[in-house]
Amino acid sequence: MAKKHVDPSADVGTTGHEWDGIEELNKPLPKWWLYVFYVTVIWAIGYWILYPAWPLVSGYTKGYLGYSQRERVAEDLAQAKAAQAVYRNKIAASSLTAIEGDPKLLSFALAGGAAAFGDNCAPCHGRGAQGGFGYPNLRDDAWLWGGSLGAIYQTIQHGVRSGDPDAHGNQMPAFGKLGTLKPDQINDVAEYVLSLSGNADEQEAASRGKEIFATNCVACHGPDGKGNQALGAPNLTDELWLYGGNKATVVQTITNGRGGVMPAWTGRLDPATIKELAIYVHSLGGGQ
Amino acid sequence: MTMADVQERTNAPVGRKNGDSAPEAAPGVTRSNTPTVSDTRQSLYAGRTKVYPKEAHGKFRTVKWIVMAVTLGIYYLVPWIRWDRGPYLPDQAVLIDFPARRFYFFFLEIWPQEFYYITGLLVLAALALFLVTSIAGRMWCGYTCPQTVWTDLMIAVERFWQGDRNARLRLDKHPWAFETLWKRGATHLTWLLIAVATGGAWVFYFADAPTLAHQFLTFQAPTVAYLFVGMFTASTYLLGGIAREQVCIYMCPWPRIQGAMFDRDSLLISYRAWRGEPRGPHKAGQSWEGRGDCVDCRQCVAVCPTGIDIRNGPQLECIQCALCIDACDEIMTKVDRPTSLIAYDTVRNLEVGDKGAQPIRLIRPRVILYAVAMVVVGAIMLVALMLRPELEVSVLHDRNPLYVKLSDGGVRNGFTMKLLNKRYEPRAFKISVEGLPAGAKLDLIGHAGGVVPVPPDNLQSVTLYVTLGKQGVKALHDDDTKFAFVITDIADGAKIEHKATFNGPEVEHEH
Repeated sequence: MAKKHVDPSADVGTTGHEWDGIEELNKPLPKWWLYVFYVTVIWAIGYWILYPAWPLVSGYTKGYLGYSQRERVAEDLAQAKAAQAVYRNKIAASSLTAIEGDPKLLSFALAGGAAAFGDNCAPCHGRGAQGGFGYPNLRDDAWLWGGSLGAIYQTIQHGVRSGDPDAHGNQMPAFGKLGTLKPDQINDVAEYVLSLSGNADEQEAASRGKEIFATNCVACHGPDGKGNQALGAPNLTDELWLYGGNKATVVQTITNGRGGVMPAWTGRLDPATIKELAIYVHSLGGGQ
Repeated sequence: MTMADVQERTNAPVGRKNGDSAPEAAPGVTRSNTPTVSDTRQSLYAGRTKVYPKEAHGKFRTVKWIVMAVTLGIYYLVPWIRWDRGPYLPDQAVLIDFPARRFYFFFLEIWPQEFYYITGLLVLAALALFLVTSIAGRMWCGYTCPQTVWTDLMIAVERFWQGDRNARLRLDKHPWAFETLWKRGATHLTWLLIAVATGGAWVFYFADAPTLAHQFLTFQAPTVAYLFVGMFTASTYLLGGIAREQVCIYMCPWPRIQGAMFDRDSLLISYRAWRGEPRGPHKAGQSWEGRGDCVDCRQCVAVCPTGIDIRNGPQLECIQCALCIDACDEIMTKVDRPTSLIAYDTVRNLEVGDKGAQPIRLIRPRVILYAVAMVVVGAIMLVALMLRPELEVSVLHDRNPLYVKLSDGGVRNGFTMKLLNKRYEPRAFKISVEGLPAGAKLDLIGHAGGVVPVPPDNLQSVTLYVTLGKQGVKALHDDDTKFAFVITDIADGAKIEHKATFNGPEVEHEH
């Protein structure tokens, strides 16, 4: 039970709280401590006057200094933009090779390109530029429309089948749908296409397909099936397939055709950003 | 052990008020009327009872002067010590370099990821504090705590301008007298100068001291330097000059922790009540039979920087600065009694009183425990320090994507390698791979010839591509194959291997 008494050595009362014989002295708070509390109260009032503080029905008290975090962020962003402008203007004015030759510009372009890639390109090509079904992997060494810095730049600027007058426009026809090839012909030519990379199952069909290929496909894919980057025709002899390399998919491709679309980025992004993107994509390991 | 227990044991009279004093405690010994803080009747809020510490003379005062000179000397002078680290690095012996993210301490250099050395030092410091406290109480508080040292210095300044205790009491009776005003003004001015010097010394730990000093005096130093000097000036002036014992009593958590660290064998500054009681003024020629040695001169109270009466037993306010020992010894010598009426003593000893002194037990389980813990932590740190590599390698495998299939059926893996050169000279490293099937190709982006130069005391990041041809991929047994990067120092041929993993498509045997 709590009992109060005056502690003899400290000469002050106890609070009556006791734990295992240890009693809590009822020591008064030092006055300066109280004054410090008053000072904090005054500080708070000063704060209310100077800074945004009280919520109102609509809005809030703005404070004498008119401070706003939102404006500060906007200012900071504007400052950062202004600081970047030096580099970005330089990038906009320089040729791609000149940018690659200047380590400072290059690292700025790579950083900017990585950010822009995440914002604009990742939805289709993936965050790591690894691509996906129908969307090319930008890290490997196979390029539909060319993997040189200039070719990549051109593709990003104008896109693929985007409606832009300078866009890459060539398209794989739907041989089956249009009736150009009959289903058994498609089967044969598919076997032949697979045989180019050593994956054919039916050698006989493949040899029958060779002729069909020569008539219908070589215009774009070339006589030996190695493709043509000017026409966006993929190399059929390698191990990489944009839409899949099994027979069913190849048959489907020949029957229905293919024509993936990439938007033109001129007009959507400023010229400096497009250059940064080209340099970034070129640096991912597949650039030629 | 509670204060009340001690009170019972020591049986000291309590609650002595002013006014029951004879003018002399003993022939030639003035009796001081210093009230203890607890003498004052207190309400809910207590005004501060000003403490006017009298100057003490004796061995502990001497020790404290020396400790003050050494600790302040270290604090003010260390940033000016030079330490040659070669042409690429700062030559300041102790430097916390935030922009470059390095901490230099003489021969030691700590990178941010090696902060555990600092953690180890802090653990050691904490253990040392526990050890000392369990042996001899609040030695830290009494001798080396910055609050104690600076307060002691500020009191010395006050004494220099305003005189000792009695002179200061007299000045305070005439607060608006010219003498009071100019002497106080001089005191506060000196305090402020000391405070500025304290703040000034602080910033020198964070930048090249001579350069910053020059910038500081020509008003070209960074704003943050002035800010910190200002902050430390204010806190030194306020805490050391004005607040003093209030910091120890009301702000510091350490006194509360003490209780768990003392035991009955700790040497604490104690009044030997068994020898001193019953106390009372002693007249010339009076016999010492039947009375205690304490002549109730209250000199122990007069010198106390926190304004307490040590004769009331152990108290929270006591920082154990030992000045009361000096004061009492001086009086005991004067009245021709043995010294050490107040002394470092153990509770165990105080209990038995004059029935024979107990041997002091320094070696106790907790002392051994703290000492062993210190040795263990110290040894771990020492070993870690000796094994500290001068080249650190970290390799980060590209995760998105894990691997890239190439048109010829090969597979490429991307890596980011970081080379940390902890030497004070530039180095260059050749990088190769080991443990992959023949034909494995290594490309270093931006470093022709596979050689990566790393600046002195710095880090170089490099992008690596490891490519396996179709045959190589076929030779892999698993979709993640262990291999190693071999990093060879061009200059001395020293090699470091760093394990890594090569990822590929799942091993399948259809087309």
